[in-house]
Amino acid sequence: MSPVPALSLSKITVTFVAGDAAGKAYTAVDSTTLNVDAGEFVSVVGPTGCGKSTLLNIAAGLLEASAGDVQVLGRPLTGINRDAGYMFQSDALLPWLSAFDNVALGLRYRGIDEAVVRERVEEWLARVGLQAHAGRYPHQLSGGMKKRVALAQMLILDPKILLMDEPFSALDIQTRQLMENELLELWSADRKSVVFITHDLEEAIALSDRVVVLSAGPATRPIGEFTIDLPRPRDVAEIRMTPRFVQLHTEIWHAMKNEVLKGYAQSQHA
Amino acid sequence: MKQVTPKAGRAARPRARLAMYHTLLLGSVFAFWYLMTEPLLWSEEAARNTAFFFGKPIVVLQKTWDWFASGRIYEHLLVTLIETLLAFVIGTVGGLGVGLWLALSPTASALADPYIKAMNAMPRVILAPIFAVWFGLGILSKVALGVTLVFFIVFFNVYQGVKEVSPVVLNNARMLGASSRQLLRTVYVPSAMSWVFSSLHTSVGMAFVGAVVGEYLGSSRGVGYLILQAEGAFDINTVFAGILVLTAFALALDGLVSFAERRLLVWRPAQGETEKL
Ligand SMILES: Nc1ncnc2c1ncn2[C@@H]1O[C@H](COP(=O)(O)OP(=O)(O)OP(=O)(O)O)[C@@H](O)[C@H]1O
Ligand SMILES: [Mg+2]
Repeated sequence: MSPVPALSLSKITVTFVAGDAAGKAYTAVDSTTLNVDAGEFVSVVGPTGCGKSTLLNIAAGLLEASAGDVQVLGRPLTGINRDAGYMFQSDALLPWLSAFDNVALGLRYRGIDEAVVRERVEEWLARVGLQAHAGRYPHQLSGGMKKRVALAQMLILDPKILLMDEPFSALDIQTRQLMENELLELWSADRKSVVFITHDLEEAIALSDRVVVLSAGPATRPIGEFTIDLPRPRDVAEIRMTPRFVQLHTEIWHAMKNEVLKGYAQSQHA
Repeated sequence: MKQVTPKAGRAARPRARLAMYHTLLLGSVFAFWYLMTEPLLWSEEAARNTAFFFGKPIVVLQKTWDWFASGRIYEHLLVTLIETLLAFVIGTVGGLGVGLWLALSPTASALADPYIKAMNAMPRVILAPIFAVWFGLGILSKVALGVTLVFFIVFFNVYQGVKEVSPVVLNNARMLGASSRQLLRTVYVPSAMSWVFSSLHTSVGMAFVGAVVGEYLGSSRGVGYLILQAEGAFDINTVFAGILVLTAFALALDGLVSFAERRLLVWRPAQGETEKL
């Protein structure tokens, strides 16, 4: 692995000033350190509401940490992270643009020649299996189709770092495994660095080189890091059957269980 | 790419029936009006009194027909339409520009807020005489009145539209590398436009009100002027003919806005976009 991590979050603390109860601050993430090496696939798992999206927003430069610093490819991050592509947890497509124009958006922002844009968009739409729906608007697409448009929208720009926030959680299990395999294939072709957020532990293990487990909020920190030494290339469906996978799963689940229960109890009281 | 046209086929028959009911209702109103103003059901004197206040439908239609047949109306209609259109365009563009500017610049908006509120709360029709002094009795004073009416409607909608932009969509565009000008063009304006369109029906009506009220208060041309003249001569039939013409054109303008809306806002989810086979 290269000595300079692709993405390095060190001692990140995020405190939100609550809008409702005046003066009541909420510390979502507390002194969290996370390094992602060049070409490494890291999954972050943790109970709902623990601060996974918050952490990703920090890495994207969309949110400024209350304390700690962020380095991207060895340089401190100021403003938007230009080396990263971000796939959002909720719908982020521009509703007034067709699937085609949504995918083309990033290239057009960069002022790329329109003929080249068309060609590359066609290519990406084909890759995510949506050529037939190029002219549709987001409200005319199914949830899974929207996710695929979002994936193409991000990948067409060929970012060095991928930030993915539960990208496949809305998909059915078959489509999901297809997309996961596709992602792994794309990733192994030119080894991007990936931060993949999920609350599905199996998905995390099947895809990653490393799984980071976060504690329940408030004041979330990583409570465990597990290196996934499963061989690559992997098929996400088949790898689940191997004994090593089951072993890793048991190990990580054990570490997570208490946190999940804690997180659930907290969300019940909130 | 084939688009599913909303409510084709399926709705055709109920719509035709509805149109028939609409015509029937209009016909009965005219019939009632006719019966009340002719000495058929009641005494001649009662009918004459009613006709004095409400005009006679046949005469009203006759007057309207004469206006168009003789071509006398066109000059006035043209003036009113030009005033309406100018007020509409200037007010909309102004509201759009200022709305975007204030919505995107917190300092400017904080500074302007109380004045905007005050100007909106003010009954602006009262400005008509002042505009007449400033801009004379020609087209300009009517346009100015219409603009003050249209501007605020569009302004508030644009302001709302910009404030309601989904933060996720905004962040997505930023992550894809949008500059602030590109953000404006691809995110803020389209979002604001959907709000503006829903207000255009109101604002086109307001532009019309501005033009007609302006003419009514002092002018030498326009449909409002015709109505004013007829009123001076107690010619109630001509007044009603004027109202009829104004209503018809207001409806036509509204139809144009609906047409533009349908063409430009295809991306917006409509309810029940299915086609029955
Ligand atoms: N802008 C904000 N203001 C105040 N609190 C916030 C804000 N954004 C997030 N939070 C809080 O921070 C915590 C973490 O939120 P975050 O969205 O990062 O959770 P998450 O781990 O992504 O959850 P999920 O798995 O459900 O997506 C939550 O308790 C949330 O209420
Ligand atoms: Mg989240």
